[in-house]
Amino acid sequence: MKVVLRNPRREVEIPGPLTVDALLRRLELNPESVLVIDGDELVTRDARLEDATTVEIRPVISGGAR
Amino acid sequence: MKCRVCRAPAVVDVRRHNAGFCRDHFVRHCEEQVRRAVHDHHMFGPGDRVLVAVSGGKDSLALWDLLLGLGHHAEGLYLGLGIGGYSDESYGHAAAFARRRDATLHTVDLAADHGYTIPGAAAATRRSPCGACGLSKRHLFNSYALDHGFDVVATGHNLDDEAAVLLGNVLRWEEGYLGRQHPVLPASPGFVKKVKPLYRLGEREMAAYCVLQGIDYQVEECPMAAGNRHLGYKELLNDLELRSPGSKAAFLFGFVERAHARFAEDAAGQRDNLGTCRECGAPTPGEVCAFCRLRERARIAG
Repeated sequence: MKVVLRNPRREVEIPGPLTVDALLRRLELNPESVLVIDGDELVTRDARLEDATTVEIRPVISGGAR
Repeated sequence: MKCRVCRAPAVVDVRRHNAGFCRDHFVRHCEEQVRRAVHDHHMFGPGDRVLVAVSGGKDSLALWDLLLGLGHHAEGLYLGLGIGGYSDESYGHAAAFARRRDATLHTVDLAADHGYTIPGAAAATRRSPCGACGLSKRHLFNSYALDHGFDVVATGHNLDDEAAVLLGNVLRWEEGYLGRQHPVLPASPGFVKKVKPLYRLGEREMAAYCVLQGIDYQVEECPMAAGNRHLGYKELLNDLELRSPGSKAAFLFGFVERAHARFAEDAAGQRDNLGTCRECGAPTPGEVCAFCRLRERARIAG
């Protein structure tokens, strides 16, 4: 599957199928810090991601002044 | 995973509640958390004019959307910080949201209206960019609200923001800051009331809310925030949350409900003993307030 990461934006190929949990462990990402979007759909950590799909890993942590 | 309310397939999981939600019930969950925050802390009522501090990011746009959805009179104020393309894009998201919701967006531009930018101010002073930005925002949101008859300023500080700030304040035992850290900062002479209706919702929930509601927001991190201390605290807290879900909420809510009052009296006293800035009239412990000093130095250097 194609995995799109942000900050900085980059793409990596990872063989599927995989669950969201397994993908995040593989990328060493904390599930509290990201959303996973499969195509256009938000998915939960037990969702299965197919090999042919494109997944966006969107960071949710923002910093700086408010 | 199933929605804990209706058993339909879930699209969001919230680990601290050990629950999944479908789209509709997740939106209702967010609305309920905001409604509870507003009610429990008497933040504002149906007749109040609320000024939402809008950055174009997920939290402020989600907050604005939620307040409008709950029937509140909420207008937005965007502050142009002059951070190149990042600011242009952020304003675009704020303006597009306002058009879509037929809501009123006010703007103040630091360069056009005050003669400086955040990168310029950071270079001209010894403040970090985030320090210059925070000072500018606190001053200008407050003065705009007072000048334009708003009853309250609402900011998009979420559970993660507040827990990270709390951790920083506790690590240094900053008693004054601890006394002022609360979902509501009451009005006092020269200060409008300030509220944080999102303090019960995590930033992952706010990002999910925007995705599910079709709200386009600034996803990229501010280029000037890299290395910011609070980002490090958030990472630490998220590592803790991974091992022990619910820790962030227990830390913050426990402080708000059981510990804040122990620090509040001293902080309130500090606000009562302020003079008036000879430049702008804002409350200040000195002759000229920190905002006017920052602006003057940045203008000279610029």
